[in-house]
Amino acid sequence: MGMNAFQLLNGLTFAALLFIVASGFTLIFGLLRIVNLAHGALYLFGGYVGYTVAVKTGSFTLGAIAAMIAVALIGLALNQGLLRFVRGNDLRQVLLTLGVAFVLNDMALVIWGGDSFTVPIPDALKGGLTFFGIFYPKYRLFVLLVGVLVLIALYLLLFRTRLGALIRAGVDDAEMVEASGINIRRVFLATFVLGSALAGLGGMMGGAFLSLYPSADSEILVFSLAVVIIGGRGSLLGVAIGSLLVGLLNTVGQVMFPELAYFVIFGPMALLLAFRPLGLFGKAT
Amino acid sequence: MSNITASPAIGAPRSLSTGAIITALAVITVAALLPLMLSTYHLGLATEVLIFGLLAMSIDILAGFAGRTSLGHGAIFGVSTYVVVYAVMTAGLSPLVACLLGVLAATALGAVFGLLAVRTSGVYFLLLTLALGMIVWGICLRWTQVTGGENGLRGAIRPALLSDYRAFYWMVLAVTAVLSLAIWRFVRSPFGLTLRGIRDSDSRMRSLGYDVSLHLFIGFTVSGLFAGAAGAMYALFNSFVSPSTVAVSQSVEALLMTIAGGVGTLFGAFVGSAAIIALENIASSYTERWQTVLGVTFILIMIFAPEGIVGTIRALVARLKH
Repeated sequence: MGMNAFQLLNGLTFAALLFIVASGFTLIFGLLRIVNLAHGALYLFGGYVGYTVAVKTGSFTLGAIAAMIAVALIGLALNQGLLRFVRGNDLRQVLLTLGVAFVLNDMALVIWGGDSFTVPIPDALKGGLTFFGIFYPKYRLFVLLVGVLVLIALYLLLFRTRLGALIRAGVDDAEMVEASGINIRRVFLATFVLGSALAGLGGMMGGAFLSLYPSADSEILVFSLAVVIIGGRGSLLGVAIGSLLVGLLNTVGQVMFPELAYFVIFGPMALLLAFRPLGLFGKAT
Repeated sequence: MSNITASPAIGAPRSLSTGAIITALAVITVAALLPLMLSTYHLGLATEVLIFGLLAMSIDILAGFAGRTSLGHGAIFGVSTYVVVYAVMTAGLSPLVACLLGVLAATALGAVFGLLAVRTSGVYFLLLTLALGMIVWGICLRWTQVTGGENGLRGAIRPALLSDYRAFYWMVLAVTAVLSLAIWRFVRSPFGLTLRGIRDSDSRMRSLGYDVSLHLFIGFTVSGLFAGAAGAMYALFNSFVSPSTVAVSQSVEALLMTIAGGVGTLFGAFVGSAAIIALENIASSYTERWQTVLGVTFILIMIFAPEGIVGTIRALVARLKH
């Protein structure tokens, strides 16, 4: 059984969601050298907050804004309140964020319970479109659009603004940036908050078509890990290509080998990492 | 070689001192007498402490002596558990043969993980082992015909000889004592010294002519063997296996035990295992939020005591001596 256009679109829209989530992950990893294993939990939290606000106010946009702000605040607290104590030690940082992931995930279970929620889709995005002979849900096309918009916005931010130049310089050599009189800590903080906000946005977008449930955080985290491992840390091009590969491979896997779908993504990823430890576009420090 | 043996984390002499022998014998004697004092429930916990202590120790071979922190050992452990339960219940093999097969499977998986992971270090090693562990978890969850999927595999697989909980505890104690002695000997062998050299600087070891990848590969395989032995005993203990046995949280909890005991202290693994299992039981009588307690413990240890319990005590003792 081959792939049809419908499945291809499924892969593309999933890739767009992965891009939104993983771009924040890779920015933080690339610049701050922090593998934020709480990123999945931030995604889930964002989704839940967005869901609650969207249901209360009836506005999807307000929900998305609330999700981004809430998760950005959690990111701020995580960076300023906890990670500052373990700066400069990669392994301790990673393991600390793992602890944070456990706590956040459990807190989400306390607040929202174990049921699965689906973020309500605004009326304008309900239903589907027919083109090239296939009927496809509008909302998933909207996710694709948002993914592309985030890509463009991040491109402009990274390559057309001063902050972006500092972030790129920081990815290459943080010490040199600091030595030239820039307060790199503030750049770090801005990146961390921005990356977290993207996880929150991802939770809102994903919550409307993948739904939100207690183990959704580790699933999205593992996909993000795969994207970053394939693409290489800190590279916008890497995360875009990584998302496409993982999104499409995942769809291929689900269609062709439902029992071994995981293997279809992680097999190639493990091989890639074994032979190109820094990913396709990763640079050695 | 002098700068390798004088590495900061391990100042212990290479041969057994009389003090160490006496301490070891005393600890084993006390542990052997526990069944006469403890209730069935608490003896079950003590059995778990030994099994997970061995798992944490197998992680410490890599984390403490090769400088490679693994987040995939829960999967290696759990695969052994799966193989043992499957071999007895479905294939109808004897428990002893099943256990050997389980250890063999775990060793083979450790070799596969090792093959893929030897080129990485630091955070990348952690990510790769995490991802490899997730693959194993995904396969155990989805390959329903063999693994029973979400429901797992169940069955009374403990041999009649060990059906008594005390006899079983003594068996686990004996096996754990022998295996932890073997691990202790392993990390103090010339091979273990080379691993420590790699931990301190792999480029230095490479230029001295050592095959770094081969050493790490063998180290990972041996570590897998011991994790598999722990997994096989867990199969006999629990008579049940499900995807949660190979899940990331299993790897995380085991690593937390290693760290809580103290990375590089080897026997600290049992202290860490006892501390985490005790914490789990105390916490569970007050709150259902074990995940939060586990997470907070992880955060606090990372911030305040990254050296672990035994490591911190050693540092204090060293400071008092000076």
